[in-house]
Amino acid sequence: MELIIAISIGVLFGSGVWLLLRPRSFQLLMGLMLMGYAVNLFIFIMGRLWIDAPPLVIEREGVDVIQHADPLTQALVLTAIVIGFATTALYLVLMLGSRGVNGTDHVDGKEQS
Amino acid sequence: MSWLQHLILVPILLPLLCGALLALINESKHQLKFFIGLASTVTLVVLSVVLMILVDREIFLDGIGVYLSGNWIAPFGISLVLDRLSALMLLLSSLLGVSALFYSMLRWSRIGVHYHSLFQFLLMGINGAFLTHDLFNLFVFFEVMLAASYGLLLHGYNATRIRAGMQFIAINLLASLLFLIGVALVYSATGTLNMSDIAVRIAQVDPNDLFLLKTGFVALAIAFLVKSAVWPLGFWLPNTYAAASPPVAAMFVLMTKVGVYVILRLWSLAFGGDQGDVTGFAYEFFFWGGIATIIFGAAGIIANDDHARIGGYAAIMSSGTLLAVFGLGKPAVISSMLFYMVSSTLAVAALMLLVELIQRSRNPIEAMLAITAEAFEFEERPDQPVGVGIPGALAFVGLAFITCALIVTGIPPLPGFIAKFSLIHELLLTDADGAISMTSIVFITALLLGGLLAIVGLMRTGVRTFWASGMVPARLHITEVAPIIGLVCVCALMTVCASGIFGYLDRAAVDIYQSQMYLDRILLEQVVPGVVNQEEGL
Repeated sequence: MELIIAISIGVLFGSGVWLLLRPRSFQLLMGLMLMGYAVNLFIFIMGRLWIDAPPLVIEREGVDVIQHADPLTQALVLTAIVIGFATTALYLVLMLGSRGVNGTDHVDGKEQS
Repeated sequence: MSWLQHLILVPILLPLLCGALLALINESKHQLKFFIGLASTVTLVVLSVVLMILVDREIFLDGIGVYLSGNWIAPFGISLVLDRLSALMLLLSSLLGVSALFYSMLRWSRIGVHYHSLFQFLLMGINGAFLTHDLFNLFVFFEVMLAASYGLLLHGYNATRIRAGMQFIAINLLASLLFLIGVALVYSATGTLNMSDIAVRIAQVDPNDLFLLKTGFVALAIAFLVKSAVWPLGFWLPNTYAAASPPVAAMFVLMTKVGVYVILRLWSLAFGGDQGDVTGFAYEFFFWGGIATIIFGAAGIIANDDHARIGGYAAIMSSGTLLAVFGLGKPAVISSMLFYMVSSTLAVAALMLLVELIQRSRNPIEAMLAITAEAFEFEERPDQPVGVGIPGALAFVGLAFITCALIVTGIPPLPGFIAKFSLIHELLLTDADGAISMTSIVFITALLLGGLLAIVGLMRTGVRTFWASGMVPARLHITEVAPIIGLVCVCALMTVCASGIFGYLDRAAVDIYQSQMYLDRILLEQVVPGVVNQEEGL
């Protein structure tokens, strides 16, 4: 389980970095999104990996904390996803604007000669 | 604690509500929108002065106001903390806010939509970052601040701004990802997000988890250093500042200081005291990064002829100086560092506002000719002397430029000099036994050399601009002149009242480093009784 998670985060992040260094703004955006997913997964596992453990403590007494997954990281991921989604949408709008004004989707606003 | 506690929340709540309200008002009602925004910002100034008095007179216990949001005790809920340092930063942000807003009244707020809403949200994000004491909440406020700054940078959509915006946004999104990685790692190592609680738990971290903690803090540091434009993470800054409209650029000057503020707060809490193996972690890195940034900023000032870029490099130089001072790791220099932070922020912001007025006064063709003539060493034919004095507008622009330049470079009698003088003075005092340490020598050399290069660069630009032929006296409006005069006057006032201000800053610096009292105040803050009892009865 640890290995699968670690490899998938690594692959996502690595692909993201590669895309980020590409000259097209759409590739850049995809790179940022992939890295965002990798980071979200990363936050998630920082509460340690739990299998078959509910995140929330519902009962008042007689609860063994050890048997529950860490709810805080899950809450953090939720917030991070929302914020990441919003900023990505904003970047997408800017990208379209840049395409419209410059007539190219190169990140520098002009094609390399 | 009485109702006064709730005042701590107002610097965040007021701009939020005001910004939301402004978004509903039609764009055709410029005046109304402007006055609502101005009312909110002026209220913030008054409020920050009140908060400053409340903490300094110790009406809040020990000069630290704690607001437990949702009535949860400290490590579990999000707490907002107001101490002397954050009160000072609130005042700085609201003062700059008023100046920038006033400046934008006539023209800049009208070149696009929702300027005033975005401006209020920016203030909200900045104030929130100054107040919050929770690492993840800090991330949220950073994102609020950045989202508003993206909007403001793109305000008045043109090709330059879009290009600068793409770089700025991409870099900041990346920095935000690093911020998240850092937060997650710190949480996994310490199991908490409250800054004070982190400080307490660092000493108890399992040695096997120490690398997680260190990696986390390094990721956080990179995120903050990108904001404060430290070399080599700050190449985005000059482009962005030059592309942004002047009032927005003035607010951006403050945003670089937010990064420095967070580093100061977090590092002095987490690594300032005695923390075993990790005491003083990464201070050396801040120091050398700061030195490199000073050199880079000074070189940038020398190498550029465009006023907005020079302003940007001046901002880089100032945040480099701040980081280098902090990296020295000496509590005694913190008060001088804060004095430098306030004066240089005000001066660079005034310079950014001034840039557009200078460019307006400058006849582009003549200016181009003047530079070419210099480059090819043409003999300039003396013009016929004309019997006209210097027009008022030109005199104002020139004088304001000189004043800003004096403060930025630290020439007497303005506060830049006082700040640098006291920095060097304190540094030499703290080096015991007359033996000056290596780092002090490096720092003083870099500071003086950077100042010298900046003087040369600014003087050359000033001469080329104001003594060149072809200056046309521009039409200046009072709303554009007043903010610059205001900022310069605040700087002048800082010179006159320097001893009083230093008294306040000394107390602020003591707060930062007096960790045990500080930690106890926050972690032992009691919830408001009554509400909890009700829930017990369910």
